[in-house]
Amino acid sequence: MTSTLHAEQTPFSFFTVAYLTRIGNQCARNLTEFLKGLEECSDASIFHHTFQTLESHHFLTEGFSNDFAQWVLASANRDELAEQLAALDIRDYLSIAELRSDLRRVVCSYCLKYPNYANQEALEPFYFCESVEVTEPVGLTVNSLREFREGIERLSHASFYFHFISSRLRLHLRTNDFSVWLENSLGLDRLANQVNRIDVYTNTLDGARAGLVRLIALEEKKA
Amino acid sequence: MTATQVANRIPLEEYAPLLGEPEVAELRALARPLQGRRVQMVNSTAVGGGVAEILNRLIPLAEELDIDIHWDVMQGGADFFEVTKSFHNALHGGTYVSRAEDFAIFREYNKRNFDLVRHDAEFTIIHDPQPAGLIEARQGKSGHWIWRCHIDLSRPNSAVWNFLEPYVSQFDGAIFSSPEFSRQLPVPQYLFYPSIDPLSEKNKDLDQEFIGSVLKRFSIDAQRPILTQISRFDRLKDPVGVIRAYRIVKRYFDCQLVLAGGGASDDPEGAIVLDEVRKEADGDVDIHILELPAWAPLEVNALQRASTIVIQKSLREGFGLTVAEALWKRKPVVASAVGGIPTQVIHKHTGLLAHSVEGTAYQIRFLLSHPDIANKLGEQGHKHVKENFLITQNLRNYLALMLSLSRGN
Repeated sequence: MTSTLHAEQTPFSFFTVAYLTRIGNQCARNLTEFLKGLEECSDASIFHHTFQTLESHHFLTEGFSNDFAQWVLASANRDELAEQLAALDIRDYLSIAELRSDLRRVVCSYCLKYPNYANQEALEPFYFCESVEVTEPVGLTVNSLREFREGIERLSHASFYFHFISSRLRLHLRTNDFSVWLENSLGLDRLANQVNRIDVYTNTLDGARAGLVRLIALEEKKA
Repeated sequence: MTATQVANRIPLEEYAPLLGEPEVAELRALARPLQGRRVQMVNSTAVGGGVAEILNRLIPLAEELDIDIHWDVMQGGADFFEVTKSFHNALHGGTYVSRAEDFAIFREYNKRNFDLVRHDAEFTIIHDPQPAGLIEARQGKSGHWIWRCHIDLSRPNSAVWNFLEPYVSQFDGAIFSSPEFSRQLPVPQYLFYPSIDPLSEKNKDLDQEFIGSVLKRFSIDAQRPILTQISRFDRLKDPVGVIRAYRIVKRYFDCQLVLAGGGASDDPEGAIVLDEVRKEADGDVDIHILELPAWAPLEVNALQRASTIVIQKSLREGFGLTVAEALWKRKPVVASAVGGIPTQVIHKHTGLLAHSVEGTAYQIRFLLSHPDIANKLGEQGHKHVKENFLITQNLRNYLALMLSLSRGN
């Protein structure tokens, strides 16, 4: 194992991201309308209410998973359905289409099981929004494991989220930018795998970052 | 043309201790492609009101990022501002009797301000309805024109909205403060939450001595729990309901209630509501009804910081930025699930929501019985505001919008 670049590999460039929220034309006042919204809304909307919300609410670790589950819990008052929606882990999905399909399946099954609740009016409507992603290089490029760790320590939440969580959709792989680079450029397969197993649902982004830095520091000590 | 100078510049670096160095560094990174590009912001007043307050903070921050930003204020006579005030109330759902001359006055003053438009600006942001007619001064499809609506359009008077809508539809996009406030429009609509400035007098850190002096001035006992609602004396803020909730809580806890706000001296209805509130208080020495001047940011700040729990028991609400102010100060909040409040108070995560007097009282009792949970909600509320409702996030949103538009997204 080595903590320097393989000759043929590229350095790691950090990016920052900003999300512009677009208000969609759909809104749901009950579970039937909510299901229709899930079927018809854009991919950017599914992304906004699942992936992106994890960034904007990254400081919550107990019971907050995505906007859909939160609305079903707090406004539609359907605990069981909220629990099922919250249990969907975005890291299991390589495409929005797969995630949408599971969201629809869960809500549809619930409405079939409890038809009386399907048209019950929620306390507040759910508004479907979309994320527009804008990225820029931070201006920081690293070549070694030490520089990589120092770079991660200096990242904003948005940048960390971009490389660690939303990268899955970009890569279409069950991994993240950090693990890909550790594996492909430094040949640190085991570390890459450990990094990928950090739980972003039971950790805040700061907690996940601290875990990542700890793992890298341990690896540095081995070198 | 009235180019507006901002007061009280606060360097971006002063936000770093609150936000973290990386957040500030990345704002600079996002702004890099926009350096030297011209932006024009137009509204209808340089002082007073929330929009001027926001622009006074936003403009210098954008300048620090080397964006060539200009703030211009449209000029109007008393007749224009009377009309736009009636439009404002009508757009909020108030009564309005449609008069052709109102629309003519609106058109005329907007035309008179056409030379305000900087045709070399790449991005033109028009704030609120008053200057919306300036879109007709646009030369062809030059630049990117965005309408920033700060008001609640969820139940607008149809005559006024039908008049404004053709103007708004000519923009390249519109920004609203809540999805609920948006309209069906043929242009993209964006969501920018309202924001607070953590370094403003209303939100900056205060020393305990000053907070103590404010409590002493208003004869509030610092040793017993303080429940506070800061809001205008307006029925939609339900101050009487707050007193009723306090009375239920008082059976179990020796607490005090502070109802502090302005709006009674220059608003006949405010004075009536204040009278109702005093009657409901019925001489209870632990209910402190404080009629504050229209601008008393340090007192509001001190009262929020001294509070054990902050209440916002509105019956209807726009966004309700007093909630964000309280959360920023790490205060546990009990609030109604109306308007923009549930966006700020995520039930059981960043505060507690209620739907009635009894529910409000129950949530307050719960928090007074569980100070550890109250502290945790306050701490998470602070993080929520830090991440989503600060002026720096507002700036980030504008950067994202301009980058997105210039890249043709």
